[in-house]
Amino acid sequence: MRIAILALQGAFAEHQQMLRRLQVDSFLIRNADDWNQRKDGLIIPGGESTAMLKIMKDEGLFAPIQTALRGGLPVFGTCAGLIMLDHEHLGTMDIEAKRNAYGRQLGSFFTIHDFKGIGDIPMTFIRAPYIERAGPKVEILSRLDGKIIAAKQENQLVCAFHPELSDDTRVHEWFVQICQSRQAEG
Amino acid sequence: MEDRTELNRNLAQMLKGGVIMDVTTPEQARIAEAAGACAVMALERIPADIRAAGGVSRMSDPKMIKGIQAAVTIPVMAKCRIGHFAEAQILEAIEIDYIDESEVLSPADDIYHIDKRKFKVPFVCGAKDLGEALRRINEGATMIRTKGEPGTGDVIQAVRHMRMMQSEMRRLVSMNDDELYEAAKQLRVPYELVLYVHENGKLPVVNFAAGGVATPADAALMMQLGAEGVFVGSGIFKSGNPEKRAQAIVKAVTNYDNPKVLAELSEDLGEAMVGINENEIALLMAERGK
Repeated sequence: MRIAILALQGAFAEHQQMLRRLQVDSFLIRNADDWNQRKDGLIIPGGESTAMLKIMKDEGLFAPIQTALRGGLPVFGTCAGLIMLDHEHLGTMDIEAKRNAYGRQLGSFFTIHDFKGIGDIPMTFIRAPYIERAGPKVEILSRLDGKIIAAKQENQLVCAFHPELSDDTRVHEWFVQICQSRQAEG
Repeated sequence: MEDRTELNRNLAQMLKGGVIMDVTTPEQARIAEAAGACAVMALERIPADIRAAGGVSRMSDPKMIKGIQAAVTIPVMAKCRIGHFAEAQILEAIEIDYIDESEVLSPADDIYHIDKRKFKVPFVCGAKDLGEALRRINEGATMIRTKGEPGTGDVIQAVRHMRMMQSEMRRLVSMNDDELYEAAKQLRVPYELVLYVHENGKLPVVNFAAGGVATPADAALMMQLGAEGVFVGSGIFKSGNPEKRAQAIVKAVTNYDNPKVLAELSEDLGEAMVGINENEIALLMAERGK
């Protein structure tokens, strides 16, 4: 089991730390050469989605990532990572994200809230998005004040908040399980 | 339950591996965003021009800052004078994403920094060494940057400050537990902050490089010295081809340890900002606010 973490900009080190705690091997992706290594899953971290998208395209990573995700490679996107999977970006999930949906930094907040299949978990929202529209194939995992803040479509898992900033490893554990089942299939 | 300090530290974590660019107009802000900046610093004059103009330098016109907020979707930062909490209150009122209590502007108070814990918006502060960094964190700063020497295009001071912080942190890490109390006394900071550095080998907040970064190689140098991201002030919009240079510095921060990529990025950038050597300047901004 080896998970790739997109490390173009943002909080990639925090995800790597979470995987280390779960004793799962990981490596960082900065360019197309890094991408060519064997991997069982991909994490797209939080950061600035405009910066991330720009570097992803310039480094020639956009098309190969899109192809791999369409081929079923498990992916976990948090905050900017959620945005990257929506219609306007990689487009591998049938969702539309609303960027900066809670406003500027003064609108950032912390809460403990229900996540389907796990229960109450700590959620840190930093200039966060939410999902404005989700297609029929998308399973909604959490809603906050009616807005979708976590969802899953096949092997793709997204959160508007940052599980990597908490001590709670359960969402990451779930993603590792998704990667494991895919590995077992084949 | 809600801890603003933690949320504000978290925002800085999201900026890591990124470049924060000084901009003076909405047009420049859009160029910076398109080039991949993770945030912009809105100010009326970039440090090189502040240096050239002389006189008292103050917080920018809120209307100008709002113009930049309207132009981009990335976080917008702005500077207030050291100790000028009323300027900071004004910046908070227009919902700025980060306040830089900055030595680039003329200090308003030569003893007290702003009590940053009183604010909901986050603050970044400059530091030349570990003591300054931890004192600012104790006052509530949730992000630190080297002071460097703004508006010079000369990276030597930023290098000096980053090396100083890193070596002082290594020294704390190597200390016996009973030596930490004396270290706290010498650094003039609370024991708990010293203990944190001793146990973690890093600051409790994100640490960027700033002040004198002008080329992709400068940015890579600072990242290899331990910076978690880079502020570029005059270096971009005082150069021959701002758009290209901005993109190159963004990529240099991502690929800071890959000389092959850095070599490609450094080609054909046009003229860098002319710059001033540190021994040619009369005003050392880094000496403001210790």
